Amino acid sequence: MSIEVVEGSSASEPLLGADEELKGRSPRELAWRRFRRNKVGVIAAIFTLGTLLSSLFAPLICKVLGLDPNELHLDQIKVSTGLPKAYLGGISWEHPLGLLPGTGRDLLSQLLYGSRISFLVMILATVATLFVGLLTGIAGGYLKGRVDATIGRVTDFLLAFPAFFMIVALAEPLVDRIQRLGIAQGNGARILFLIIILTFFGWTGFSRLIRSQVLSLSERDFVTAATALGASRSRIIFHELIPNLWAPVIVVLSLSLPGYLTAESVFSFLGIGVQPPGFTWGLLISNSTQYVTNMPSFFLIATVSLVLVVLAFNLLGDAVRDALDPKADK
Amino acid sequence: MINYVLRRLLYAAVILLLVSMAVYAIFQFLPFDPAALTCGKNCRPNLIAANRVRLGFDKPVWEQYWLFLSGIFVGRDYGVGSAAFSCPAPSLGYSFRQNACVTDLIKQALPVTLSLAIGALILWLIVGIGLGILAARFKDSPIDTGSTVFVLIGTSLPTFVTGLLLLIYLTLKNNIIPLNFDGYVSIFDHPSKFFIYFLLPWITLAFAFSAIYTRYTRSAVIEISGEDYIRTALAKGLKPKVVLRKHTLRAALAPLTTLAGLDFAGLLGGAILTETIFDLPGLGRMSLKAVNDFDLPVVLATTLLAAAIVVIMNLIVDLLYAVLDPRVRVG
Repeated sequence: MSIEVVEGSSASEPLLGADEELKGRSPRELAWRRFRRNKVGVIAAIFTLGTLLSSLFAPLICKVLGLDPNELHLDQIKVSTGLPKAYLGGISWEHPLGLLPGTGRDLLSQLLYGSRISFLVMILATVATLFVGLLTGIAGGYLKGRVDATIGRVTDFLLAFPAFFMIVALAEPLVDRIQRLGIAQGNGARILFLIIILTFFGWTGFSRLIRSQVLSLSERDFVTAATALGASRSRIIFHELIPNLWAPVIVVLSLSLPGYLTAESVFSFLGIGVQPPGFTWGLLISNSTQYVTNMPSFFLIATVSLVLVVLAFNLLGDAVRDALDPKADK
Repeated sequence: MINYVLRRLLYAAVILLLVSMAVYAIFQFLPFDPAALTCGKNCRPNLIAANRVRLGFDKPVWEQYWLFLSGIFVGRDYGVGSAAFSCPAPSLGYSFRQNACVTDLIKQALPVTLSLAIGALILWLIVGIGLGILAARFKDSPIDTGSTVFVLIGTSLPTFVTGLLLLIYLTLKNNIIPLNFDGYVSIFDHPSKFFIYFLLPWITLAFAFSAIYTRYTRSAVIEISGEDYIRTALAKGLKPKVVLRKHTLRAALAPLTTLAGLDFAGLLGGAILTETIFDLPGLGRMSLKAVNDFDLPVVLATTLLAAAIVVIMNLIVDLLYAVLDPRVRVG
């Protein structure tokens, strides 16, 4: 314990040779130790990792289980109602989560394959947001002056924009534009649109956070020292500033990953995102609402999957934030 | 102070003008012929041409923009002779899909959205702040744990999932809150029907927001309770209740006005999801329908209205903040 208390003070950057005597731990090691002690966080991390992996290896898993997301099981569907013949939405050893009404497709494989597009949008939009936010945040915070003022104005302007409205309003025309330019077709164009537009309206908050961090970092002694030693701008940015920005980056990751996952499902739900025959979680949920009174299991499985993943991301995010906060350790 | 207000007003006006230009430009450069969209399947070249002149799409872009802007202040006339009609000020354009002035459409939809947003705001402020204070006062007690769970669920459940769950299990399956077939009724005409009509939408919206507000209030109250001036207040013998009300809460809740103002502004533009799920004829559903119908004037108007509300609310919130928190200096 006593060693960890030192961490917040200036002694965490020890003099040469001090670490041999004291066996000091870097803030990173301390954060890792704190994280490992948080059971909820570890479980959330394992769950998140498992979900991501099973999404990545969906074809393999489906092959092992003998499931095909596109195979129709019309023989197991009642012609009159379109519902699965078997009890509980057709849940069986063969189809662990049951069948989709109407087409008789296997729900588990649909969820697994559907998660790939949902997660793809989530991850790419987050990466793009991080990139734009880091670029503008560092530019504004480090270069200051006119650059900072310009970025600030653009941020103000974008924040005044009703983002949700614009996404809804621009979906059709922009997807059309992307298709005409020949960048991507069909659902590819829709996925691209979602990623671009989510990033376009999403980077501002992150940029502000990074800017404030860079502003305070660049006043710190080690940056002044680097400047005094004649380090170039790029050296200061890449070797002094960026390595110290990973805490806010992780915080933003933990917030924007679940945010974008929900956003994708919301837009698919509203009919703006990916269209059938493609499928994502949002589309599955939207589809399941039609059968909610006759076949609640479909609706519950689809929504609970989404909520569980979002919950796991949130819990993981909380745990990481706690681990990164030296004050959290009492 | 007056100087500051004037400057902020000017800034807000500039931002609004820029947003209107941007939105207008975006819709101009879309790959659609607005005149061809006016008649749908019945389109013939001469009808398109006639509509183009009638609605002013034959004029250059900047002139159309000017007509749109001036229409807001002086109203706008369309067509000539016996086919002429006009939308009085403030005119936000003419919906050729619904054959009505956009302003009239908004006038119908606004009360619904307003009722939804105000009701939800009241509900989430009471629940969020109340639960936040309780959780902070009784830190590490079952109440605190309960509030943590509430916050987690609230932030993890997307609004459309909450809405659907409530709708399905409270109305469709168990009929606890009866399904309403009468549509929107004003609170002044029929208060009880009004409350039943909006109850589930309010809960849906408030659920997600109150979770965020609970988390915020809890951490703010805990943080401020450790400040020196709180200890001073307690040490000089003030009752803990008075300290909480007059010293802790005032400091903790001032930043919440910013948050609440902006969240509220976002909802006034139209709670698209909630309105879609509960089929409320508000601004959000109107604009979503307009998007699907390619009813461009309506989309343009609702987008601009939403932007205007955000900009104005931003201004109000900043001014209010300066009044609530004496540490904030304006100028």
